[in-house]
Amino acid sequence: MTAPDNSRTLIDMGEVRKSYNLGLPSEAEVLHGVSLQVQRGEFIALIGPSGSGKSTLLNIVGLLEGMTAGSYRLQGEEVHGLDDAALTLLRRSTLGFVFQFHHLLPAFTALENVTLPALMRGGRVSTRQREHARALLTSVGLANAMNKRPAELSGGMQQRVAIARALVMEPALVLADEPTGNLDTVSSDEVFVQLRRMHVELGTTFVVVTHDPRLAARCDRLVELIDGRIARDEAVTHTPVG
Amino acid sequence: MISGLGFEWRVALRFLREGRMQTVLIIVGVAAGVAVIAYISALISGLQGSTLTKTLGAQAHISVRAPDDVVTPAWLALPGTTALTDAQPRAQRLRSVANWQALVPLLEAMPAVAGVSPMVSGAGLALRGEATQAIALMGVDLDRYDRVVGLRSKVISGTARLAPGEAIVGRELAADLGVRAGDRLTVQTGLVSDSVRVTALVDLGIKDLNRRTVIVPLRAAQNLLGLPGGATSLDLTVKDVWSAQELASDLRQQFPYKIESWQESNAQLVSALNAQSVSTALIRGVVLVVVVLGIASVLVVSVVQKRREIGILRAMGATRGQILRLFLVQGAVVGALGSALGIALAVAMIWLFTKFVRGTDGLPLFVIGLPLATAVQVALIATVCGVLAAVAPARRAAALDPAQAIRM
Repeated sequence: MTAPDNSRTLIDMGEVRKSYNLGLPSEAEVLHGVSLQVQRGEFIALIGPSGSGKSTLLNIVGLLEGMTAGSYRLQGEEVHGLDDAALTLLRRSTLGFVFQFHHLLPAFTALENVTLPALMRGGRVSTRQREHARALLTSVGLANAMNKRPAELSGGMQQRVAIARALVMEPALVLADEPTGNLDTVSSDEVFVQLRRMHVELGTTFVVVTHDPRLAARCDRLVELIDGRIARDEAVTHTPVG
Repeated sequence: MISGLGFEWRVALRFLREGRMQTVLIIVGVAAGVAVIAYISALISGLQGSTLTKTLGAQAHISVRAPDDVVTPAWLALPGTTALTDAQPRAQRLRSVANWQALVPLLEAMPAVAGVSPMVSGAGLALRGEATQAIALMGVDLDRYDRVVGLRSKVISGTARLAPGEAIVGRELAADLGVRAGDRLTVQTGLVSDSVRVTALVDLGIKDLNRRTVIVPLRAAQNLLGLPGGATSLDLTVKDVWSAQELASDLRQQFPYKIESWQESNAQLVSALNAQSVSTALIRGVVLVVVVLGIASVLVVSVVQKRREIGILRAMGATRGQILRLFLVQGAVVGALGSALGIALAVAMIWLFTKFVRGTDGLPLFVIGLPLATAVQVALIATVCGVLAAVAPARRAAALDPAQAIRM
C-alpha cells in the first residue's frame, strides 16, 4: 500500500466503465466512461433517474464492486487491480457507508453498532473509541437511545445510528446511498441536517445518492448521472442548510 | 490488522443468540448425538468388560501345555511307490510340560506377564456317601493360582487354604454332594483315591465350572493323576488381556509347547466382541455424520438469513477471513455447548441404567461408567466436527459479494 496522499484530490476517476454479464449475450454496460474528481471536504449530491448507474458508481467508489475499464485513484492510490484483501483494508481505513435501509445489525445495541468498526479493526473497543462513539450518538441526538436495539428505534433514529457508525473511525469519505429514501419528510430533514452538521464539524467528504431534489439542492455540488454518463456536474449556489 | 478473535467471537455469539430457537434446537440435536455416542461407548465398554471378567475370571489368559501326541508313520513310502495308509489319531494321555520348573521363572521374567501358575489337571470322581459326581480335578499352588484367577476373591464360604489333605470345591458341586466348608469328601481317579477336607466353596462365575471343580494342592493332584513332579499346564495371566494373543504367538516361536491364548480358546466370544465393537463404531460414525449435517444445515440457513448483515460487515471492512472465522466460531460454540450438554445427558442415562436395570439378584447387571478420558475425547470430536460442519457455510459466507448481499 502506498503512503497516504495529502493532496486535495480524494477521488480521481477517469473513463470508468462497468459492464455486467461480460462475454454473455446479455452483456450490458451501465457506466460509459465516467470521469469524476472529488476534493477533500466536498459535500456532493449524486442524482439521476432509476437505472442511471448511481448505485453502481457508488459501489465502485466504495470499493464494493470492481470496474470493467478505466482508472480510479482513491487518496492517490490506484485501486484497479488490487485484490480483495487490499480493497477490504483500504475500504476499512478510508470509507464509511450509510445505506438506504440503514443496515444496522439487529442483535447489537445502537452503541455496539457504532463501535463495530473499531471492534472489527482491533478485536476490542478501547475506552477512547467507546467514548467517541457515545459522543457521536449524542451529537446525532441519540444520547438516550444508546442501549436500544435497532428494532426499538424509529427509521430516522436508525439512520442516525448508521451515520454515527459511518463516522466513528473518522474516514476520509462517507458514501450515503439514498440515506433518506426510506424516511418521511420530517425524518429526512433531520437526517440530512445531521449529515451536513457532521460535514461541517469533522470536515469529512460526503457523496450522497438521492432522488430527492429538495435535499440535492442543499448540497455543495450536484453530479447528475443519466444513462451511465455524467450529464451535469455543477456547484450548487443555494446556501446549505445546517 | 486483526488482533485476537474478539470481533469474530462477539458477532458469532450475537448471531447465535439472535437465532435463539434455531441455536437451542441445534445444540439439543448435538447434545442428543453426543449423549448417544458417549452412552453407547460406556454401555458397550461396560458390557465387554463384564463379559471378559466373567469369561476370564476362572481362566488363564495363556495356557502352556505339552504338545499333542501325534502318530509317527512306521515307514516312509519309497520314491516311485504308492502307499495306502489309514492313520488312527492317538489318544492323548496326560502328559507333563517338559522342564516346567525351569520354564516358570523364564515366563515370570517377561514384562507382559503378571503371573504364572503350574497346574495338574485331569478327570476324576468325587464321592460322599451315596453321591458320586464326575469332577475336573485341579492341582495348584494356591498363591500362584490366586494371582492368575483371583481365586480368593471367589470364595463364598470358608477360607481358601490348600494344605496337604485339603480341597476347595465349586458351589454347585458342594450342593450336589451336600458338603460344606469343613466336611470331608473322597476324590477318586482311575489310579487312586484320597480323602480331603473342604476348606472353602467358590463361585467361579459359570455354573458348569462350579459343578465340576475340585482344587487340591499341586502335589496331591500329581499323586492322584499319576504324574509325579509334573504339571499338565502352565497358566499365565498378562497385564493387558488384549495382548495375550500376540504374546502367545511370540511364545510359540520360542518354545516347543502347545500354547493357546484366551482369544484362541474363546474364538466365538472374540468374534462377538469384535462384531459388537464394529457395530458400535458404525453407530457412532452415523450419529456423528447426523450431527455434522445438522450443524451444517443450520449454519447454511443462517448464512442465507444473514446475507445482508454479512454484506454490511464486509462493506465496513470485515475481511473474508473474519467472516469465515465468524461462522467457524459458531460451529465450534454449537459443538462445544452440545458436547457439554450431551455428556451431562449421558451421565444421567448411565445413572438411570445403573439405578433401574438390575439382574434377578437385585444387583446392577454390570458396572457401567463414563471415564473422563472418553468424555473429553467424545466432546473434542464433536467440537471438531462442529467446526468442520461450519467450513462449507463459512466459505459460502466469506465468498459473498458485499454489493450483492447489501442489495438483497
